[in-house]
Amino acid sequence: MAKTLFDKVWDQHVVKRNDDGSILLYIDRHLLHEVTSPQAFEGLRLAGRKPWRVSAAAATPDHNVPTTNRDKGIADSVSRAQVEALDRNCEEFGITEFGLDDIRQGIVHVVGPEQGLTLPGMTVVCGDSHTSTHGAFGSIAMGIGTSEVEHVLATQCLIQQKPKRMRISVNGDLPSGITGKDVALYIIGKIGTAGGTGYAIEFAGTAIRQLSMEGRMSLCNMTIEAGARCGMVAVDDVTIEYVKGRPYAPSGDDWTRAEAAWRELVTDKGAVFDHELEFQAADIVPQVSWGTSPEMVLPVTASVPDPDAARDAVQREGWQRALGYMGLQAGTPITEIAVDKVFIGSCTNGRIEDFRDAAAIASRALAKGHKVADNVKLAMLVPGSGLVKKQAEKEGLDTIFRDAGFEWRDPGCSMCLAMNADRLEPGERCASTSNRNFEGRQGMGGRTHLVSPAMAAAAAIAGHFVDIRDWT
Amino acid sequence: MQAFTTLKGLAAPLDRANVDTDAIIPKQFLKSIKRTGYGPYLFDEWRYEDRGEPEMDCTHRPRRADFVLNQPRYQGASILLARENFGCGSSREHAPWALLDAGFRCVIAPSFADIFYNNCFKNGILPIVMDVSTMDKLFSECEASEGYALDVDLQAQSVTTPSGEVFAFDLDAFRKHCLLNGLDDIGLTLADADAIGAYEEKRHYEAPWLL
Ligand code: SF4
Repeated sequence: MAKTLFDKVWDQHVVKRNDDGSILLYIDRHLLHEVTSPQAFEGLRLAGRKPWRVSAAAATPDHNVPTTNRDKGIADSVSRAQVEALDRNCEEFGITEFGLDDIRQGIVHVVGPEQGLTLPGMTVVCGDSHTSTHGAFGSIAMGIGTSEVEHVLATQCLIQQKPKRMRISVNGDLPSGITGKDVALYIIGKIGTAGGTGYAIEFAGTAIRQLSMEGRMSLCNMTIEAGARCGMVAVDDVTIEYVKGRPYAPSGDDWTRAEAAWRELVTDKGAVFDHELEFQAADIVPQVSWGTSPEMVLPVTASVPDPDAARDAVQREGWQRALGYMGLQAGTPITEIAVDKVFIGSCTNGRIEDFRDAAAIASRALAKGHKVADNVKLAMLVPGSGLVKKQAEKEGLDTIFRDAGFEWRDPGCSMCLAMNADRLEPGERCASTSNRNFEGRQGMGGRTHLVSPAMAAAAAIAGHFVDIRDWT
Repeated sequence: MQAFTTLKGLAAPLDRANVDTDAIIPKQFLKSIKRTGYGPYLFDEWRYEDRGEPEMDCTHRPRRADFVLNQPRYQGASILLARENFGCGSSREHAPWALLDAGFRCVIAPSFADIFYNNCFKNGILPIVMDVSTMDKLFSECEASEGYALDVDLQAQSVTTPSGEVFAFDLDAFRKHCLLNGLDDIGLTLADADAIGAYEEKRHYEAPWLL
């Protein structure tokens, strides 16, 4: 029978079907970070349990780590205690950790793929909702809570109900300047933040095939913002090329066998989905979120919406509250919104290609004698890992950024969620390449607009949002 | 885990859609390595005028008068009425920990975000899905009458209003069983240790690069 990509990977991981319809699902890879793991390790210890298979797990601190003066350690004692707890737990249980002093340290969803810890056809979990990122490799990747982190540590399995399957096809050629981030925001704008609830989504179509692995990761990363259990992209040459030669990827005979198996990880012709949607790449314009939910997003060419145009009372109230929080007037063109800060980084857009995109904008500005605008107090770039940082420096991107007035920082989650010192002050407005624009996400009272890296860099130079298609 | 059988409790209405986990418990409180003590910081940014910090004493912090849970009539509530997509956003289990610590054992909404929904069951909180028109009714009744308490019966899968009206809800059998009995599902899964071992052996042969 014709199978979907999701069904193929799922079926390969069923350990046991329970009478009540739930499934005991085997987990190949378990990624850990400092915030959602301490209570799980504590639970293990209290119950006198050991990890089932330590080689499945790998850890790195990311949420709490400082992005400047790394050599001085973590100033905030509460954050430091949490990172130290991760170090201790990994040491005690024998789990591989890329610690703060390791060049491989970074955001867990950047580090996993970069190290080849994420492989096609795997089941990948992490105590973090953006685990959906790893679905870009044709794997089933899900965020889990701390109780489940403990469950996976102890049993290498999860008890799951099978989600429904949805295919979202984006067809046609991607217009120039349109990235995986724009595709993600566009789709969420169309289907809403609950549009994917209960589903595993496969992204397909010519435009998706044209995306690099970085672009696919940005897209799958934000699947969780559409409410889906996970997002996936089928394996092709782009996937195989990316994985080849990574430190934890197979080699020799294993590689040959693995590649053959991975090539099967596509949806069969005629496979049936519970729901199908199709979009045209040509309709996608650079996206900018205007409100406090990722579905409140518009093309850069649009204006801030009027609550009177909302679909119903719940949406109208949501829009009104969002306009108030964001300090925006209905009808204001997006390109007239000025920004105070710019953040380029996160597990959505903290990979090398993202910094190349941003650097292309910065270097064009430099050539014209422009720099970060005077009204922008801070424009910071935070690489997703130490290795991304090193690569960018090898390509001279850091010099371009510094010359153009940007700050070039050390790797971590940083102002994506502002658990460390990097944050917005109340009322400050930020062009951000992260994934959430919730109230207070980047700092209490802070106002977040989600955009692609090139759009963020351009906003830094212009001091307000611009349509980057006019800049080329 | 605390079992959940029946609950008769005061309901409180949180009338907004898409309440995210950053709102339920802001990130600065995620630095704690404990499972308890999050209650005073539940909805911190909506509840208080100032910025909350971990381990802060909340008794004298200025409260926002316009936040519904600050109203005296909702003190001691154990059932939260909510709107669409409650608990969206991050996977932080600190969100159900904070609700539980603040005394909530049950959340009723038209829809929940997946991970949050799942996390509730691991902590003895019952999330109930009710259709939008029932929710509208519960909200208006709750706002109209002070002391509005609901009777929740997990075994019977029913919610009874003060006037005696009964609403049924759906729930999967496994989650119901675990919650009714307060079962730790790690223990349950470890009863299948042989099956897990056999699976690993088979996979080791089929896909040695994975193990
Ligand atoms: S970068 Fe942001 S979204 Fe990604 S893991 Fe870190 S905090 Fe979460």
